[in-house]
Amino acid sequence: MITKSADKTPKIEVEVTHIQQVSDIIKRFTFTPVDGAPLPVFGGGAHIVVEMSDGDIIRRNPYSLVSKPGTTDNYQISVRRDDVGRGGSLYMHNTLKVGDHLLVSHPVNLFHIDRRARKHLLIAGGIGITPFLAMMAELEDEVANFELHLSARTDGAFLDELRGLYGSKGSFYRDDHNEVIPLNDLLTGQPLGTHLYVCGPNGMLEWVLRTAEDAGWPSQNVHYERFLAPATGLPYEVNLATSGITVRVGGHQSMLEAIEAAGVDAPYLCRGGACGQCETRVVSYDGELLHNDHFLTEEEHASGTKIMPCVSRFQGRELVLER
Amino acid sequence: MLVEGIKSRPIYHPLEPKPGSRHILVADAEGAEAILELATKTPDGFWDKARILYIPRSAVGKGYEERLQALTPFPLYVGPTIAAAIPRLTKELSDAQMGTQIYLAGTEGLVGQAMIVALEAGVDQGSIQRDHRGSEARRVQCVHCKGITEEVTTQPVKCTHCGLMLLVRDHYSRRIGAFQGVCIDAEQPGTAPEPEEAFL
Amino acid sequence: MTTLDFFHDETFRDDFTYWNSPEAIRRFPFPFNEDKYMYSVNLEPHVAFKPGSVFEKSFDVDEHYVSEMRDRALVLQEDPLRCQSLPHMNMAGWDLLELIMTKKAAEYPQWFELHQDGDRWRWVNRPLDIDHTFTFLDNTTLPYGPMEYIMRQTQGDYAILDQRDNNLWMDAGMITTQADWSLDFDLGMNFMEWHGPVPLAHEMGIFDRALKFLLNVRQGQPARRLNWTMTVNPRLDTSPERYAKWGTDRMDVNADNVGQLMHLRVELQSFWRLPRSNALVFPIRCYLISLQDLATIPKWGRRFHRVIRDLPDELADYKGLTITRPYVIEYMSQFDDGAPTSPGIFADDE
Repeated sequence: MITKSADKTPKIEVEVTHIQQVSDIIKRFTFTPVDGAPLPVFGGGAHIVVEMSDGDIIRRNPYSLVSKPGTTDNYQISVRRDDVGRGGSLYMHNTLKVGDHLLVSHPVNLFHIDRRARKHLLIAGGIGITPFLAMMAELEDEVANFELHLSARTDGAFLDELRGLYGSKGSFYRDDHNEVIPLNDLLTGQPLGTHLYVCGPNGMLEWVLRTAEDAGWPSQNVHYERFLAPATGLPYEVNLATSGITVRVGGHQSMLEAIEAAGVDAPYLCRGGACGQCETRVVSYDGELLHNDHFLTEEEHASGTKIMPCVSRFQGRELVLER
Repeated sequence: MLVEGIKSRPIYHPLEPKPGSRHILVADAEGAEAILELATKTPDGFWDKARILYIPRSAVGKGYEERLQALTPFPLYVGPTIAAAIPRLTKELSDAQMGTQIYLAGTEGLVGQAMIVALEAGVDQGSIQRDHRGSEARRVQCVHCKGITEEVTTQPVKCTHCGLMLLVRDHYSRRIGAFQGVCIDAEQPGTAPEPEEAFL
Repeated sequence: MTTLDFFHDETFRDDFTYWNSPEAIRRFPFPFNEDKYMYSVNLEPHVAFKPGSVFEKSFDVDEHYVSEMRDRALVLQEDPLRCQSLPHMNMAGWDLLELIMTKKAAEYPQWFELHQDGDRWRWVNRPLDIDHTFTFLDNTTLPYGPMEYIMRQTQGDYAILDQRDNNLWMDAGMITTQADWSLDFDLGMNFMEWHGPVPLAHEMGIFDRALKFLLNVRQGQPARRLNWTMTVNPRLDTSPERYAKWGTDRMDVNADNVGQLMHLRVELQSFWRLPRSNALVFPIRCYLISLQDLATIPKWGRRFHRVIRDLPDELADYKGLTITRPYVIEYMSQFDDGAPTSPGIFADDE
């Protein structure tokens, strides 16, 4: 049963046709279009937003497509189970079954290959490998020069598969063996025109970006994907001035989800505080805006005039948004 | 074609030291001043990783060569013309690695041509700083015959290749390293105004 | 219309035998939705709209198709630099070829067919008498690069914009019907740089807003807008490269021939996200109509007179009206009885 919502972006109805346990905490899901028409083509690094009807909550989570770019008869995503998160990954792991139907968005690519590169250096941490799976398939097809450095908690099915696929192009570092990516050496020995791509936990991302900057890499050659899970917190209310309604944001709900649940159409792309699409003007507030995004500048955060409702929250007496 | 006050001119800034594994500095004529000013701001060890290419041109005999050589332990390259210096720069870049910073200073002709070489070598614009010093003379590409007229100081200017009178627009191509020249009297041939000094 | 007789045999140069049928006049994309004109970011979703109009299909094919392709081939023969693609844009070229072939085959099955068997594709283009089998993503199986191949079979100029560093870069294009800008010169420029020569709009913040919109155009949700300029004669190739050759056309205009010689030139611009390359493709489809044909639609005659009469001088220069505006105003005034005009761009009584 597919629940209708206010979201106006075109959606594709898919059926879960396969679920594979990749490691103790990662599952790979295969979605097939219900109407049998070819799915939109996607490129490496693209994600889809998966819409889940979890009880009376509609969750929309972005997941990188991990299947081979060019595939149009199915989409595959990999989901890591997060036992302390807001529940999206738990729904995917514990509730979703083969044969269930879901709505997914058209692919959106905020982390695509820069084809000017003479060499592609991919650095991933843990589940941050997902966008690279499709990217590497694409780079391999294009006979591009690339190299993967992946650090993971432990060994597992994922690593075996990657070793098989990419052999000497991949280097793997296991946390449980105290192996660390030799970042300084990697970043100082690359030919001109190398592009760096990073995806992984926040601490790792910051480390790589800072090291690259210190080594003199221009920001144009450094690409990263940082999807934040929306923060959780105390419930609060938001007044939507244009729509003339008040919505309540639950502790495990994002402001964007609450706005959508109230039937108000709000734009979005990444749902992770990175792309800027859901930027909303703050009309007035009495309290504290809890900014969690990476899109607005520090000055914009301090100004109290804009907020990214996909990841940011509010604490205080009253918040009025232009929406 | 008649519009003036166009705003796509390259933006120049004083050179600032950036972190990097190698610093390649290219200057002509008064561009040497920009490098000497940079030297007042550089951290320890900067010049041990620096290579300077200098083309004195109109500043020959002003003693810049000695002052530039004093900055770095590596031999200063002194070239007779921009054209002669280009292969040298290409070679410097051929074995350079990520982390190389490029500093260009001097006439727009030098800055533009060195920029092309650096971009072709795979350097991103983000690693290239440009400071304009000295003559305002422009390199102009005739949009009709595609010939480049060097050292243009007048407006309009006669294309040295096809002979059309060209309006020099403030529209600059990084890829070509030149401003755009468009026939000024195409609608009424023979009505071009007399050239006046405009870019000195 | 299914027969190939639909397509005109006409020229856009020398003897200018170009002509619009009454049907083509009625479906002309008149760009003014009110009696005055100023820049705006007039973007809307590019969805099928109004059967028979130029907004109905993804990539409109009209009675001028075959002759326009012949004119394009002539331009390229003289100046191959009108079609350029920086090396990193090859994938975007394939993306574009795929987009156009699948849309045309689906929307004009009487003229185009696409048969896909894995990577082996057979493409049939009846109006241009092409039946070609090639391997998708293999450049060696096409007579030109993928962008040039499909662009020699598609009306309109196309710029392919690479998206990076929060900007759009004009890194590939096929530009043979341009309104006075040079692909060869602008290739590699970013959005603000190639719009450098446009007056007023920078100060109005038009480009900042447009860029923000375009960076967020999503796959499967194309957008469109109309733009316009004026040209003497139904000349497609008004390139700066050949300006010294066509510039004198403006001196031919006088009070007697202005209705025949002056043409309103409207660009139907659309914007599409390409899937593999993530580039944005920007078709600039050009429609030409003489003032005398335009005036056969009473609403357009009235409105066009008012728009040109009240146009700011700076814009009149930019729209190619510097010398000819007095003639245009005088000519169009005979079609303006002062009656009010209805809202919207379409002709009345439909």
